[in-house]
Amino acid sequence: MKPPVFEYHRPASLTEAVDMLGGLENARLLAGGQSLMPMLAMRFAFPDHLIDLNRIPALAGIAEDGGTLRVGAMTRQRDLLDHPVVRARLPMLAEALEQVGHRQTRNRGTVGGSLCHLDPAAELVAVATALDAELEIAGPRGARTLPMAAFPLGFMTPALEPDELLTGLRFALPALPQGACFTEFARRHGDYAIVSAAAILWPRDGRIGRASITLGGVGPVPVRLEAAEAALAGQRADAESFAAAAACCGALDPMDDAQVPAWYRRRLAATLVRRALTTAWERADVR
Amino acid sequence: MSAAGEKDYQASPSPRLAPGAGRVVGQRVTRLEDAPLVRGDGMFAADVSFPRQLAMRVVRSPIAHGRLLSIDTAAARALPGVHAVWTAADVADIPPIPFRATKVRGLEPYCQPILAAGRVRYAGEPLAVVFADDAYLAEDAADLVVPDIEELPPVLDATAEPAEFLPGHSTEPTVVRKEYGDVAAAFRDAHAIVELALSVGRHSGVPLETRGAIARYDASRDLLELHGAAKKQHWNRDEIARLLGRPPAGVHLFEGHVGGGFGVRGELYPEDLLVCLAALRLRRPVKWIEDRREHMVATNHSRQQHHRIRAAVDGQGRLLAIDDVFFHDQGGYVRTHGARVVDLAAGMLPGPYRLPAYRVAGHFRLTNKTPAATYRAPGRFETTFVRERVMDAIAARLGLDRVEVRRRNLVTPAEMPHARPLDTLGTAVVLDSGDYPGLLDTALDRFGWTALQADLARRRGAGECVGAGIGFFVEKSGLGPSDGVRIAVDKTGGVELISGAASVGQGVETVLAQICAEALGIDYRRVRVVRGRTDRIEFGNGAHASRVTVMSGSATYRAALAVRAMALETAAGLLQAAASELSIVDGHVVRLADPGAPLMPLGEVARHMGPDSALMVGRTPGLSAERWFHSAHMTYPYGVHLAVVRIDRGTGEVRVERYLVANDIGRAINPMLVEGQLAGGFVQGLGGALFEEFRYDETGQPLSTTFADYLIPTLAEVPPLDLIVSEQAPSPLNPLGVKGAGEGGTNGVGAAIASAVDDALRRPGAVVSLPILPRTVHALLRT
Amino acid sequence: MSAEPVRTVAFGVNGETREATIPVRRTLGDVLRHDFGLTGTHLGCEHGVCGACTVLLDGRAVRACLMLAVQAEGHEIRTVEGLADAAGALHPLQQAFCDHHGLQCGFCTPGMLTTLVEFLADCPDPTAAQVRVAISGNLCRCTGYESIVAAVLDAAARMRAA
Repeated sequence: MKPPVFEYHRPASLTEAVDMLGGLENARLLAGGQSLMPMLAMRFAFPDHLIDLNRIPALAGIAEDGGTLRVGAMTRQRDLLDHPVVRARLPMLAEALEQVGHRQTRNRGTVGGSLCHLDPAAELVAVATALDAELEIAGPRGARTLPMAAFPLGFMTPALEPDELLTGLRFALPALPQGACFTEFARRHGDYAIVSAAAILWPRDGRIGRASITLGGVGPVPVRLEAAEAALAGQRADAESFAAAAACCGALDPMDDAQVPAWYRRRLAATLVRRALTTAWERADVR
Repeated sequence: MSAAGEKDYQASPSPRLAPGAGRVVGQRVTRLEDAPLVRGDGMFAADVSFPRQLAMRVVRSPIAHGRLLSIDTAAARALPGVHAVWTAADVADIPPIPFRATKVRGLEPYCQPILAAGRVRYAGEPLAVVFADDAYLAEDAADLVVPDIEELPPVLDATAEPAEFLPGHSTEPTVVRKEYGDVAAAFRDAHAIVELALSVGRHSGVPLETRGAIARYDASRDLLELHGAAKKQHWNRDEIARLLGRPPAGVHLFEGHVGGGFGVRGELYPEDLLVCLAALRLRRPVKWIEDRREHMVATNHSRQQHHRIRAAVDGQGRLLAIDDVFFHDQGGYVRTHGARVVDLAAGMLPGPYRLPAYRVAGHFRLTNKTPAATYRAPGRFETTFVRERVMDAIAARLGLDRVEVRRRNLVTPAEMPHARPLDTLGTAVVLDSGDYPGLLDTALDRFGWTALQADLARRRGAGECVGAGIGFFVEKSGLGPSDGVRIAVDKTGGVELISGAASVGQGVETVLAQICAEALGIDYRRVRVVRGRTDRIEFGNGAHASRVTVMSGSATYRAALAVRAMALETAAGLLQAAASELSIVDGHVVRLADPGAPLMPLGEVARHMGPDSALMVGRTPGLSAERWFHSAHMTYPYGVHLAVVRIDRGTGEVRVERYLVANDIGRAINPMLVEGQLAGGFVQGLGGALFEEFRYDETGQPLSTTFADYLIPTLAEVPPLDLIVSEQAPSPLNPLGVKGAGEGGTNGVGAAIASAVDDALRRPGAVVSLPILPRTVHALLRT
Repeated sequence: MSAEPVRTVAFGVNGETREATIPVRRTLGDVLRHDFGLTGTHLGCEHGVCGACTVLLDGRAVRACLMLAVQAEGHEIRTVEGLADAAGALHPLQQAFCDHHGLQCGFCTPGMLTTLVEFLADCPDPTAAQVRVAISGNLCRCTGYESIVAAVLDAAARMRAA
């Protein structure tokens, strides 16, 4: 389990990195390495060039900017988890990050790395979708932005051109009162989720004004449970409403494999949606 | 050596160590092993390196079953830094790996060749080996080796009709049968018959250190060394020597630090022979370190069995007979253990219960998976699950309490020793001592079983899905036939203890040092224990089958007593006292009448017994002795596991809320280490009960080849554990009264958790297989 | 690719600057072990799950199998060999592991210790529940873990008292 031969590059600036990415054949970006390094060790990936992003200071960092929190792609998951604004204003993001791997992998693993790896079960992918993060992408044709919902094109396939890289993302800091919950089912602590659910409820007049429900691990890309979101709007926040929302999972067409059959993923999704909604409502400021 | 120190092969009765805690035996002293290990100074296999060494990489079959038509090695050979590439043709003169245990007639055609020839029988089977300048290059080269394999349909179900292994040989080389009593009459006359079909999943030891083997040949001394050895150095040495056509004295094996054994490490594997052969042929040291993905397909698997069991009982729930037919999924070859696990399963299934009649047929079946062999509590984890499922089924059938059914069937102290007309591992099954009902009561009391039932009922009323479970087990330990230990005191009073035992990390040095110190009257920290080396002692039986403390411990006790007697005899002459008036305390000779006044340090006595001492003229010098301990019977520890589980109705997840292991081991040399054995064993059992499984797809491709897919429990999955280390039933079979403590923590976990899950589901018999998966439980909740 | 790209790399290891010219693909774990002879850092899986290879990178616990050694350039690495003090006295965590039988085979121990050095620096007075989460990324196959939790709580108390 030793990595295959490659050439190693260490750009000092974003421009340099973009130039390398456009100029080198069969190159891969090395962020925190928590997914790419195992793939190299198992020889699932054979890049000719690795471009190490760890020496580009501009790519890392967290800044509050008006109503948004801007997070550099190379920000360590640990730093985002520990950030006071995340703790105070985006608790669901912290809740998801706490379930990403373990202390040692969060110390090294980056936010952007996880998003670009785009494992269907990754917590960050699901929570960034749930929070409608806006992605910043750089390439030789300049910078562009993309809503997270449009980022996953398919199984582990981000909407990046071969010469583009993710530079950061922005989370809108919630203006209206809301309650949110990220919950998942994994066999062991720190494992990738089998299924995860993120729910956000915006109360209005003691009822549910608006609901957002995102599922990870169900399909190749995160799934918004739009039928349930629509059904919940204007409803009383009670067990009956949440059970009805969870029942929408019956219409899902999840991934199916020997380890986790589709029927079981569907039921896990229903359970987690019900629990996430219940907890989200408990956390909502209904006054 | 003096007359008193001469080798003593007599199984003469030894003085027994008085029951209860001694000065150092029975104490929770810290381990001699720890200091280098916590400093990072350990010497594990991968830490051994020699100048000019080559790295070996094994090319493994990507196919579960097929005809090996050819292997193209040209590209690999052409890679710079590659020194050799071998396929079966290059090692055709090396016979396949032999059996060391349970050699049932007819198994020979099923032995594993060191490189596949003609046929591949499991994904992961060694096809070729590459030798290169370093491990990275070796892996590059291995990737360039291209086998051409014509796929054949794989056999993946051991319960299916046997297929052809080789012309004239089926995939069922043998059926292990044992029987006593009138089984047919018992079933004819039974009040009730329960019948179950039960499966145990494929899992194994999976130590945290992978295997490793480093060989070097010293032509100046014509000596072949193998480092990274474990468990069975002497047998492995003898076989390596035989297979390579060398005298045993020209081959030496060295065990350094060992990162866990659990049954799988230290057997003779193809890679051990390949590095030795390469070191001889290439005249350079050769190092092979297994990587984790290799480990998951190359190192012994274990456990996979399917049982179809029937039990006949009377109206009171007393067992009249058991009739069990089981299928053992052996994998692609029969390895060193022969039919051992099948034999143990068949011999140990009756466990702690009075069983008037018994019949078992263990079908030993080859499949196209990684070969299987022993893993901690082999044959017992499986059959305790099966037997205890039966006991729960009897309770349900007759409307009796689960505990009461067990109580009615347990062998009582009055019936000890309890001989069964059965054998296992070539020894008669004689349960040597025990108070099974007594330990059951102690455990239930400690767990608060009665109050617990009320509490669980209350919680169920509040909507929770919770239950309690029980599993009673009998272990076996102290497999003979013999072990020897040599103890020598040097002029500084330091003691060297040379043993043919091995250590796989469990604390052998400390335990042997404690026994030696107790008998000799010294500080255990003055004892340097040598183990796992063939160059320091001629014979050894290694470390397996929970045998070291019983066998090597008893030999240590005898040898230390002999050294003590020699020391007192010599000191008596020097001090002009009678030996019977003297003793040794804290490494000094003292008068019994005044033990606080040291008269002479032990080193001083040793100096007087040196080769240049006038006292030794005409005698063999040295304050040293070698003693042996022989045993024809195993000794049988026993215990109870109790569990409380909570099931998440939404996911089917089973969480163990709390757990108790009670284990009577006769005497705990070091209770802290015994607790460590039980706790570690428990978590491995928890893995087998709920998490760990080597899975295969329908083509025989292994699916559990990483630590992300093979789920070893982390700390977050482990419940609070209570332990009872019981010493109520010392073994009459050895001077220390000890029984092995290595496997009781694992043995009953599958049984107790299955029982608790049934109880939580309020459905007796719901659990029919291990591991108990969330989706299975979830499905049960819906039906 | 044919030629093996190499680089000269220098970084701190247990307070000393170490330098080596190494193939760029060599992992930090392999360079510590093979090039610097610090074999206390153990490789249990080489795919980032078992935690045995954990070292401290500028004080933070990371998996040495998931970093290339060239990435450590200019950083400070602390391994299990760097935990005892200059006089050789054991770190309180090392001592507590011995006292509480927190190890058997000892293979996972270096990774446990390095992980816990960072954890106790962040969280000097942890609860047992916090300890259980902190080392849930370190597999141990021998101890059953409970003795390790006891060792950590004891070490934390000793370190607070010191």
